[in-house]
Parts: sequence; C-alpha cells; structure tokens
Amino acid sequence: MANKTFYKSKLTLIEKVQSLDFFLVLLILILATISFFVMFSIDSGKFGYYTKNHILRFSIFFIFFIIIAFTNIYLWFQSAYLIYFIFLILLIGVNFFGVTSSGSQRWLNLFFVNIQPSELMKIGLIIFLCRYYHRVPSHDVNRIKYLIQPLLAMSIPMWLIINQPDLGTSILIAGGSIAVMYLAGLRLKYFLYSLFFMITLAPVVISFLKPYQKLRILTFLNPDRDPLGAGYQIIQSKIAVGSGGIFGKGFLKGSQSYLDYLPEKHTDFVFTLFSEEFGFVGSALLLILYVLIIYRIILIGHDSRNSFGKLFCYSFAAAFFLYVIVNMSMVLGLLPIVGAPLPILSYGGSSMLAIMCGLGIVMSCKIHKNVVIS
Amino acid sequence: MANFGQSTESKSRIINRRMFMLSSVKLLVFGGILGRLFYLQISENIKYTSLSEKNRLREWKLPSQRGVIKDYFGVNLAGNTQVYQLHLIPENIYSNTELFFRLKKIIDLNENQIRKLTKKMNSQKPWEPVIVSDNLSWAEFSRLNLFLHEIPGIKPIVSVARKYPDDGSSSHVIGYVSAVSESDLNNYEFIQEVNVPGLKIGKTGLEKFLNKSIIGAPGYQRYEVNAFGKKIKEVKYVDGKPGKNYRTTLDYEIQKYASNLLKEKGGSICVMDIFTGDVVAMVSSPTFNQNLFVHGINSKDWKDLLDNTRKPLINKSISGLYPPGSTIKTIVALSALENQVISPKLTLQCTGLTELYGEKYHCWKHKGHGYVNLRSAIKESCDVYFYEVARRLGVDRLYETAKKFGLGSNVLENFVEEKNGLLPNTKWKIKTIGKGWVLGETLLTGIGQGFVQCTPLQICLMTAQIANGGYKINPRIIDDGKPLTPLFNAWREKFSDEKESIFSEGNYSDGKVYLEKLFRNQENVKFIQDALFGATNEPRGTSYRSRFTKSKYIYAGKTGTSQIKKFTEEQRELKVKYKDLVYEDRDHALFAAFAPYKKPRYAISVVIEHGGSGSGVAAPIAKKLIKKIIDRHQERILVQKEDIYQET
Repeated sequence: MANKTFYKSKLTLIEKVQSLDFFLVLLILILATISFFVMFSIDSGKFGYYTKNHILRFSIFFIFFIIIAFTNIYLWFQSAYLIYFIFLILLIGVNFFGVTSSGSQRWLNLFFVNIQPSELMKIGLIIFLCRYYHRVPSHDVNRIKYLIQPLLAMSIPMWLIINQPDLGTSILIAGGSIAVMYLAGLRLKYFLYSLFFMITLAPVVISFLKPYQKLRILTFLNPDRDPLGAGYQIIQSKIAVGSGGIFGKGFLKGSQSYLDYLPEKHTDFVFTLFSEEFGFVGSALLLILYVLIIYRIILIGHDSRNSFGKLFCYSFAAAFFLYVIVNMSMVLGLLPIVGAPLPILSYGGSSMLAIMCGLGIVMSCKIHKNVVIS
Repeated sequence: MANFGQSTESKSRIINRRMFMLSSVKLLVFGGILGRLFYLQISENIKYTSLSEKNRLREWKLPSQRGVIKDYFGVNLAGNTQVYQLHLIPENIYSNTELFFRLKKIIDLNENQIRKLTKKMNSQKPWEPVIVSDNLSWAEFSRLNLFLHEIPGIKPIVSVARKYPDDGSSSHVIGYVSAVSESDLNNYEFIQEVNVPGLKIGKTGLEKFLNKSIIGAPGYQRYEVNAFGKKIKEVKYVDGKPGKNYRTTLDYEIQKYASNLLKEKGGSICVMDIFTGDVVAMVSSPTFNQNLFVHGINSKDWKDLLDNTRKPLINKSISGLYPPGSTIKTIVALSALENQVISPKLTLQCTGLTELYGEKYHCWKHKGHGYVNLRSAIKESCDVYFYEVARRLGVDRLYETAKKFGLGSNVLENFVEEKNGLLPNTKWKIKTIGKGWVLGETLLTGIGQGFVQCTPLQICLMTAQIANGGYKINPRIIDDGKPLTPLFNAWREKFSDEKESIFSEGNYSDGKVYLEKLFRNQENVKFIQDALFGATNEPRGTSYRSRFTKSKYIYAGKTGTSQIKKFTEEQRELKVKYKDLVYEDRDHALFAAFAPYKKPRYAISVVIEHGGSGSGVAAPIAKKLIKKIIDRHQERILVQKEDIYQET
C-alpha cells in the first residue's frame, strides 16, 4: 500500500490550475478561434447569428470543461454508469418527445435549449465502457461473459439512434466503443469475426436501410448519377475544396460557400468552407492542429496512473480521431455522406458539448493523474 | 494484492501497446486525408476552379435588334416595332399549375400551348427564360403588369419585333422572319452563335439571304449568382450590336402599284433599270401578309396559304418558270441576224401553218399573216416566220445568244429560291433525256414553247440588255453603297454622241468600268429595238391597242402567249374558246417591254399566269405600269444623283 502515499484526495485550486495541460488548452483555444472565424465567414462576413451563438456556446462549454477538469477523476469514475443511464433515458425520451427536423427525430426540447442526446451518448458510452473494463482483469476480457454487457450497452443506444434515423452518429458511437474494446485488450480475432459477420449480414442490413440512406451509399459510389439531387452535396463540396488551391480563395472569398452552393456548410460541411478559403496550406495546418490535440490527449493518458483514466484518454483520442476522419473523408468524397460533425469547428451545441465534456474528463485525468482507482 | 497490482500493470501494458498500434493507424489515415487534399486542391485544382467559376457565373444573352430593309427612297420594307412580350423564368415559378391557371385568365392561352411551354421548361436550364407570348396586346400587357406581384416567375418585357408594311406588295422579295427551328440550328452554324431565346431569323427572300449580317450580335449580361439562381451582382455587361441596315433598289410606290395591278391574278411584274441593273420592282401575286409569320402563323392561315391553287408563297418573279412564248422571238431574231442566217429583208409567206415531216405547226393567226419580213414578223408575232428562222438558225446557236442575254441562269445572287430556268440545246437533251434533238423541237423553241422555261426576271433582264444597246448589266437588288460614277462614266462614253442627255453632267473621274458587249453588230440590236417599237406603236402590232400617244410615255414591247397544253386538232376544229378552258389549262400571258422608247431607261416584264393572251391581258397592265414608272423617274434620278456624286 505504499502507493497510497501518492494519493492526495484534495488538491488546492492553485495546484489544479498549475497542473492543467496548458498546451492542450492553447490548442483548444486556437481551434475555437478558427471556428469563430469560420462562423464569421458563414455569416457572410458579419457578426451574425452563427458567430454569436458559436462563441456563446463555446464560452459556456469552456467553463464546463474547466469545472469537469477540476472535478476529481474518481467522481467521474463513480458516476460513469449513472451518466450512461441518464443519457440513455434522454435518448429513449427522444423517441417519444423528440423534435423532428428535416426528416429525423434527433432533438429533445429541454425548455431552454434543444439537445441531441445521441451526441452526448458518444461520450456516455465511452465512459461507461472505460469503467466497465477498468474492473475486468485483463485475462478475463476475452471471456464471453464479459462481452455481453459491453455489447448490450453499445447496441441499445445504437439501435435507438438508427431509428431516429441517424446512421452517422450511430456509426461514430459504434466506432468509439470498438476502440475502447480494442484498447481494453479484446482479441483482434473478435473484430475480424464480427467484420466477417457484418459483411455477410450486409445484404440484410441494406434491406432495412431507409431509401435516402441507400441513395446516399449509391451516390457515394457514383456522385454523378444525380448531380442535382443526391449527388449535389458531394459534387459541390469537391468543387469547393478543389477550387481552393494551394492558398485558398482567401478569407470571406469562398464563392462556393458564399453563394450558397454548399448545403450544411455550417455543420457537416464546415471543413469544405475552411478548405475553400484557406486552401491546402490552411487545411494541412488544421489537420496538424487536430493531430496535436490527439497526441496531447494520448500523452495525458500515458501519464495517467489509473487504468480508467488511461483507457478513457486513449479511447477518447481514438473517438476524436474518428470524428475528424469521418467528417473529412465525407466532405472530400472518400466516404458516403452520413452526417458527422467536425469536432469544435462545426456549428452545433450537443456535439460541442460532448467534445468539451470529453476533453474536460481528459483534463481531469491530467490533473488527477496520480489518483489511483482500485 | 500483489497479484492485483501485477494484473493492473499488465493491463496498462496491453493498453499502451494497443494505443501505439492504433496511433500508427491514425497517422496513416491522416496521411491519406492529406493526400486527398493534395489531389483535390493541387493536382485537380484547375478542373475544380473552372467548375466553380461555371457555378458562380451565369450569362443572360440579350437579343440584338434586327437591321431594317429600306427601299431606294428610304421607306421601310422591313422595319421594327415595339412589342409586348411575356417571359417565364422557370426557377422562380412556385407552381406550374397555379401559374398557368392564373395566366389563362389574363391572356389567351390554350392547353396545347401550355403543354408545349411545360415541355420547353423541362428541357432547358431553370434560369433561361421561356417565352409565353411575344406579341401581347396592350390590354393584356397592362393587365399582366397589374398582377405582376401576385404571380412569381412571370416577366413582362417590352421588346422590338419585325414589322412589315401591311399591303404585302414586297412579301416575296423581302421574305419573312420566324422563330429559329431545329433544322436552322443544324444547317447554319452562325445561328447557333447568335441564338437567344426569342430570336427570329429570315426564312425566305432577302430576309434569309441577309441573315448573317442583319441579325447583329447578341449582347450579354454576366451575373454572379448564388445556388438558388438569385443574382448577386453584375460582373459584366456587353452591349449587343444591332444588325446592319440595308437599302434595296426597289421603289415601294411601284411595288404597291404593281401589286395592285396583279390583284386577283396570279403572276409577276419585274422592272429593271437597263443601265444600272437595279431591280426597281419585283412583285409576285397573289401575295400574303408577312406579319402573320413573325409571331408564329396559326394553322388555319398556314393551311389557307398552302391550299391556295395560285401559290401565294412562291416568288413567281424568280421561282416561277414559264415558257417565254413569243417574247423569245426578239432573241431568236437577234441570234439569226448575228449569225447572219437571214437578212432582215427575208420575206416569207404565212398561211397559218407549216408542215415538217408530216407534223403540222400552226401560227396563232388561223388565217395566216400573208407575206411577212423579219420586222413585221416580230411586230405581228408571226409564228410561221419564226419556225423557219429557228429551223435555219438551229437550237445551239440560239442557245448561245439566249445564254448571253441572261436566259437559263440566275439573275440575282440574293435568293436561295431563285431558279435557273431551262434553256435547251442538243447536248442538254442527250444528257438529261437521253434522246437526240429533233428538228420539230427547234421550231417550238423558236416561238418560246417546248422545253424552254424562263423566270419573269430573266425575261426582264433579256429585254433590258436589248434596250440598252446590247451591253451586259449586272442586276442588283441590294444597294452595296458603292458610287455609280464609274458605271455611268462608261455608259456616257457609249452614248457620247447621241444619247448624252440621259446622264447628268458631272465629274466622272474615279475608276473605270468597261461594258461588256453582247452583240457582234450593234445594228442588229437596233433593228430589234425598232421592230419592238413597231409591235407597240404601229397598226397591226400585237400591243398596238396598249400604246401611248404622248411621246414621254411611248414604249416598245413584245407580247407573248405561252401554251400550257397543246391544242388538239379536235379543239382547233371546234374553235374552243379560251374562256371555256379550265383555269389550269389556260395560257400564260406575257409582256416584255422597255420605256421610254426614245431614251430607254427601264425594262419590264409582266407575266399573268393562265391569264390568256399577252396582248389582251399582259399588255394593258404593262401600259399602266410603264406610265407609273416614267412618272416616278424624276424622283428616282434625284436620289440616284447622290450615288453618282458620292465619293468612294
């Protein structure tokens, strides 16, 4: 029990502030600043609706981030199941009281604000699995008995979200959970088996897909089959990115976005706008920024002395990576359009809230890296 | 506890190891994204930049104003007028059904039109206008403007459209304009370039010939537009170039007068200046209203035009082919004299018919003309005399002379519809029919029957070239703006001794034109002129009854009556009267003349389809026409003077 000597349950506020990962905070702030400028561009060079809301949200969520960061990691560990169940209830609530918008029921009206529980679930599920695997000894991870709960915890929200319908988010959630399982030590063969299983199941799944989802997959395979309909988004997005060139068309000068050729340019296609205006150089720098954030999160996980923190940081880094990659691949025409926002850059409260909460827990791991959870 | 610690440690190891594996995968994927960005933004940049420009910019073509066509005195034969149009902008339309429902109440619109419009809208880009009507009445237009704000997608426009004089006297020469058709686009490349919605192009006559330069160049407005087609700002505006204006050599007054003379008849009148070759009038009858075509002719009017047996749509002056009848005798006589086949003194007896290899060839005068020489044979139009002249001359020598004087080839270059006519010779018959020439056919050709076919304008040109003393002229109908000075200078030289006063005094210094002789001996041409004088102004002349006594108007002319069907011996014996024949079987009446006789200036040809005899029908019309032409002469000269003195 010599280790206990490192345990210090109460850190002073100053100590907490001092142990913040300032580099990560700086990176987050840079990303946020970029997102403000992008929103400014979306508002056609005015300090408009999107810009104001985005700044307001970020400010609030940044405070959340700090609060979560300063809260002992042990508390988050303890309340992990609770958080998951709260989010699950919200998700079920969406099915009954959800607000329908553009064909899918994703939002829940909580009097003062609309939230999207599926976005929150991204974090909820990761934290749930991290806690679960924290308890499971490494040699037991691969036992069927210990597979049932994680799969159940993953399947229920996935099923709920697919029914909204929101294929993109459910895929991202699945991706995040798979990352946790993989990191926890689940044998690779399970993944290969399930991959094989999914491929054989694919025809059945496709028959269950909504017509618009099938269309999206077909469109992804050949965007030119319906250039003004389903293929419109991806064609216009590629035109916007491609016309950006090396240095871009310049801030506020992206004609594709400015002239409304890009749909959803403030949410899923925000990278398109950025890429059109700032070109290859800007996009590469943004990519490096994301890489640095992920690197930083991994580093924090590496330093963490409890496996919950470690697992969470690595998992979150993997999930974060997944969000970035899926979004970028989508707008660059490498994946079908599934509706996946770009972390922090995309306009959208719930998504940003989830990311900021995740980052908050990561930061909490950093501050409380010496906390041992038995 | 130690066990547990170990387990934790090994667990960390697993997690860390897997994290490293995952991280390397992440880096790889990031590399992939970077590669994709490189591909799109650097390798394919040019492709996407141009696509983006195409997205961003949109052009609207603006139709240019069609040039006007004027007569010699500046009167519009084809002008422009203000019209009210209704365009639709498909992308602004909220609902087609609602739109047409409302429009039907305001303007005249039937289901068929609606179907066509809907089809058109679906076949073109949503921002390109569709023209619902290009000729609204003022009442419809003002009502439309009243409802403008309630019906999205409609666009009332004040535009300019073709307007022709209503009398239709120049319908055939000028032609008409109409909407561009699919085949126009395929056949004429330049139309593809200038085509804008609502463009009208010339379909016949001069309108068709001049299309290339009279349409002008369309302007365009280039706008930056957003994805919904809303104009954000104008990037470029290029003014269209209006089409070129043209002046013709026609005299609208004479056109109208001639058209009136031909009213109720089928036929043609041509008038030509014998020195300049200017076509002063070219009228075909019956005529039609060109304005019907401008905004799309309705099917009833179109059917009426097509069903009319007198073929109003055909320009008979250049596309109508007629046997020249006796009007060709001037050329036959000239050719015989030029080739020294006969002497003017040759006297023959006409008994009313001649026989060749058992075949009878009749003279128009049943009883015969008695003894006739060449002059009286022309004057009285004796067929028997000319059978003999033709027999001695032979068709090939006749062919040479007639060809020189303008038969058998195009007179003007300005009409696609102009026909060459047919001037037969022995070679031609073997080549096209495959049989040898028969002497009997020479006899028929000698009186302008048989194979020979001419357009009225060719007959007019032939007469003009005899009237001017046998010199070649180049007929023209479009004034090219070049001064006439060199031409008049050349004529002045030819007439320096006797007919000096025809041409105004002036300083003819620039350029030099050489007049091409069509004769071997000008005396022969003068002999023909004199014989024609006799035909009109001496008793027993075929057009004696239509002569003028006032010296100013005295003219010389040759009648012609061309048979459509050969009279059978039976009909001849029964003395079938002309008026008993059905219209299609009746003879064509022709008259070719030049005036005034003393100082000739104009040549005319009159053809009345199935009109009867040349002397009875065509000559009286020609008489009225000649008076009008001579009365208009002074005015024409005043205008012409400007061209003569004009500097190059």
